Formats: sequence, structure tokens, C-alpha cells
Amino acid sequence: MTTATTDPAVCATRARTAAATGPSDRLRAWARRGPLLPALVFMIVVTQLPFVATLVISFFDWNALYPKARHFDWFGNYSQVLSDPAMRKSVVSTIVLTVSVVVVSLVIGLGLALLLDRKFRGRGLVRTLLIAPFLIVPVAAALLWKHVLYNPEYGLLNGLLHYVGGPQPDWISHTPLMAVEAALIWQWTPFMMLILLAGLQSRSPELIEAARMDGAGPWQIFRHMTLPHLRRYLELGALLGSIYIVQNFDAVFTLTSGGLGTANLPYTVYQSFYQAHENGLASAAGVLVVIGSIIIATFALRVVSSLFREEVSR
Amino acid sequence: MNPVLSGLLPFLKSKGLGLLAWLAGILFFLPVAWMALTSFHSEADAATNPPSFGAALTLDGYRDFFGVGGGQSPWPSLVNSTVASVASTVCVLLLALPAAYALSIRPVKKWTDVLFFFLSTKMLPVVAGLLPIYLFAKNTHFLDNIWLLVILYTSMNLPIAVWMMQSFLAEVPVAVIEAAQIDGARLPTVLGRVVAPIALPGIAATALICFIFSWNELLFARVLTGVVAETAPVFLTGFITSQGLFLAKVCAASLVISLPVLAAGFAAQDKLVQGLSLGAVK
Repeated sequence: MTTATTDPAVCATRARTAAATGPSDRLRAWARRGPLLPALVFMIVVTQLPFVATLVISFFDWNALYPKARHFDWFGNYSQVLSDPAMRKSVVSTIVLTVSVVVVSLVIGLGLALLLDRKFRGRGLVRTLLIAPFLIVPVAAALLWKHVLYNPEYGLLNGLLHYVGGPQPDWISHTPLMAVEAALIWQWTPFMMLILLAGLQSRSPELIEAARMDGAGPWQIFRHMTLPHLRRYLELGALLGSIYIVQNFDAVFTLTSGGLGTANLPYTVYQSFYQAHENGLASAAGVLVVIGSIIIATFALRVVSSLFREEVSR
Repeated sequence: MNPVLSGLLPFLKSKGLGLLAWLAGILFFLPVAWMALTSFHSEADAATNPPSFGAALTLDGYRDFFGVGGGQSPWPSLVNSTVASVASTVCVLLLALPAAYALSIRPVKKWTDVLFFFLSTKMLPVVAGLLPIYLFAKNTHFLDNIWLLVILYTSMNLPIAVWMMQSFLAEVPVAVIEAAQIDGARLPTVLGRVVAPIALPGIAATALICFIFSWNELLFARVLTGVVAETAPVFLTGFITSQGLFLAKVCAASLVISLPVLAAGFAAQDKLVQGLSLGAVK
């Protein structure tokens, strides 16, 4: 990424020259916008319109089984969502699930990225092995954990514990949330590792060599050079991971079917309109998920944009 | 010092971290390897405690999965998933390529704002629009129709594709394009002869990543399809409740349905992180 095309200044001047006044110039500006329009219109229609509809529905008391009783209810659904103990629990579950999966997979991912950043025999193969969990279809991965690893009678975990004479717990019913978390951490650690590895490999080798020449030890280099450099990659991994995991449906649906206190907000939204037919309530919960996502997303966008600007100005 | 230990220490010092990396790789891969091994075991051997590592291998699990001995055949769902993933990927490319062109080679005004609008739609959770889409599909008799998924998967992947392609097209030097234009080349020629060869590997990686996300998707497919348009992940949800001895079948099913993703993922390995980070990390 060192070409002049991505230099914002160059692009800006090119854009400006095209956007001068005059009818023929205006036509030319539209010709420039032309190729962009199909994608833009498509995105607005398919993603923004349904959200506006969700917003509208969230103000209605509307159960699909009693369509005649539908009426405008101001913030009734929101107060119901926020006061309903099951809904509140799903808010807590969502937060616990997201934070724990993101933090743990980020820490393990950092360790793995540091290990993979060194040269050793078979590095490419180890990288491939590590990526594999991320390339299993999420439902299939959840099934693998549920039936093949966690099964209390003949699952691999208890099978291995059997060799050392350990206990034979029923993982999913004893520690349901942790069971979901472990499966998700297994799938998301490779994602974090890939982002952090890209961060590590974008360090300047000359700078590190210079520090080493000046007598800096490996810990000092890590603490004062690598970690500050990685900061934004850590942030990016945390935020993107949060955005994906806040929305997680597959693992919760497959492993526990939302039971045992593991129902997160996406699952609750799914359940309240697909099974309970509470359209208004589901929409209000959906809007709450969006608000949560927007809070995370504002930070995420800031990080992406700072990385982006650094990249284009390089 | 103990001679064995004194020989071991320098070895550990030079090779230790490499060994640790290998150990971690094997540990992470173990569930996948165990899944593969179990899929080749008979149901009786698959469900033992302690596990039977060296049991005889058989293809029964696969026969069972493909419905040879009766039961639901997975083929319709595999076909549906293929149609949804391939068709949506083609749509994504058709929409994203011109958009990326207008955001990099001949950029519009405020092109970064447009780019960030695309990114922000990716941050909108699926549940934000799920209910209206469901109600719309129900009222227009679009439920259980694979083309509805094609449209939704296109919208799901378009922001990623626009971001990735923008960065790939931006790598084409302006000087090269201008030189071609001075030599009298028309736009299609410039795109085909100059831009495409440079951007093609990136476009291929983008397509593979879009394919993976579409193939994996469950929530839309679960809510909007039923009998006819069921996709492979929805087929897999049939295994959520235990059905007696069925581990080998579950493993065979999970592995077969994950194979396209594994293949596409390893093929796009180098660009994977760029796609997943929405183009923020190169």
C-alpha cells in the first residue's frame, strides 16, 4: 500500500476537479457516481428500511396471534423488555458471553501470534492447523462440542479425564454458559491470532534491530515497542470480535437452545417472535441490540478509520 | 548438572518455543482431527468411554448421512446452500466492483464517507431487521424461497466486498491507467488489460470470503426457509437433539458440510484476515 492512488490528498484533488460547477460538469459528477449507486441503493433498501420498520413495530403492542389487538403503545415494549427478568437475564448473558469470549480469545490469540511470529520448522503448517477451527461451519462446530466433546457418557473430554481418573462431569448442564464460551473461544481465537499476527508482522524490523543493538532485552522490546504498536490491532480484534459475538446465534441455539440461562439477546429476539409471536416485544429487544452494537461500533469505526488513515498516508 | 538436563536445556532454549507452537497447533486441531476420525468409526466404536482410538475404520457414518439406508437426504440442502452462496457471491461481485471503482480509481467526492457508510451497515445486527423481513416474506409468499436468502446474503457481504475491493483496486497505479489512456485505450480495455490482472487475486479472495460467510449463515436461513429452501446449516440443526447412537453420522455430516468452507478458507488464507477485519488490516 504505497501507491499514490490511496493518498487522500491526491484522491481529494481528483474528486474536486470532477466536481466543478456547470451543467456538463454536474453530468460528469453523476457519471462518476453512477457505478456506486446500485450498491448504495441496494444496501439502503435491504438493510436500512427493515431497521426503520423494526423501530416502528417496537412502539406497537402486537402479538401475531391476536392481530386485531394491535395498538400503538409508546415505550410499553421497552419498559416490558427492561423489567422482564428473563429479558434482563439475557442482557446480562449477552454481556458476559461477549466480554469473556473476546477477552480470553484475545489473550490466547496474542500468545499464539507471538509464537508464530518466530521462525521455526513447520510454521506454515502450524498456522494452518490453528486456523482450522475458524473454518468449521459454526453450527457444525457447536454440534461437535455438544455431542462429541461434551457428552457426559462418551464425549472426548470425559474420555480423556477417564485416563487420569478424573471426574466425569455433565459439562453442558453443570456449566452451561462456560460450555458455550469454551466452544466460541475455540472458534474465535484463530481470528484474533490472525489480526494480531498481521499487526506483529507490520512492525518495522529495523527499529527492533536498533533497539536490540542498544541493549534492549526481549521483555523490554515487547513491553515498550511491540505492545504499543499492537494496541490498535488489539482494539480492532476486541471490537470486531464483540460485534460478531454480540450477534452470535448459532452456538447458543445449538448447544443449549437458549436454556439454562444462556439465552442471549439475539436468541431472545428470535424466540419472542418466532415462537412466542410477540412482534412488538421482539422489535424492542432488537432495537436494544442495535443500540448496544452502535455503542461498540462507534469505537470500532474510530479504530478502523485511524488504521485506514495511517495506511493511506503511508 | 545432570548430563541429560544440560543437553536438554540449550535444546529447549532454541527449540522450546517452536515446540510450544506445535503443541498449541495440535491442541487446537485436536477436536477437528477427532471429528474426522470419529466420522470413520462405526456408531458403536464412536460412543465408547474411554475413547477407541484404534477402532476399525468404516464409511457407515457417511452412508448414513447421505441417507443410503433411508432417512432424509442432505442433497437438497447442499444444493440450496450452493445456490445461495454462489449466486449471492456473484451478485456481490457485480455490485461491489463498480462501487469499488467509484471509490478508488475514479473516486467520487467524499469517497471515505461512502466507504464508512458501507462499513456501518455491517455493524447493524441481523436481528435489527429480521422481523420486518420475515413479515414481508410471509405476506409476499417469499418464505421458503432460496432467492430471498440470495438477496439477504448479498446485503450481508456487500460491505466487506466493497472494502476489500476498494483496497485492491487502489493498489493499481494511476500512472499505468493514465499511460494506457494516453495510448488511446478505451475504458473496457483499460479495465480488462490493466486493472483486472493486478486486482484479480484480490477479487478471487473476496469472492471466497463472501462464499464462506453465506455458506455458514444460520439465523436468516432458519427463520426464512423451511422445507424447500432449507440450507446445509439448517439441515445440521436436525442433529441438535440427541438421537441415540449417532456420533459418527454427526461427525460425517459436520465434516462434509464444512469441507467447502475449509477449502475456500485455505485457498484464501493470505487474504482471510483482510476480509474478516473488513479491510482494516492488510
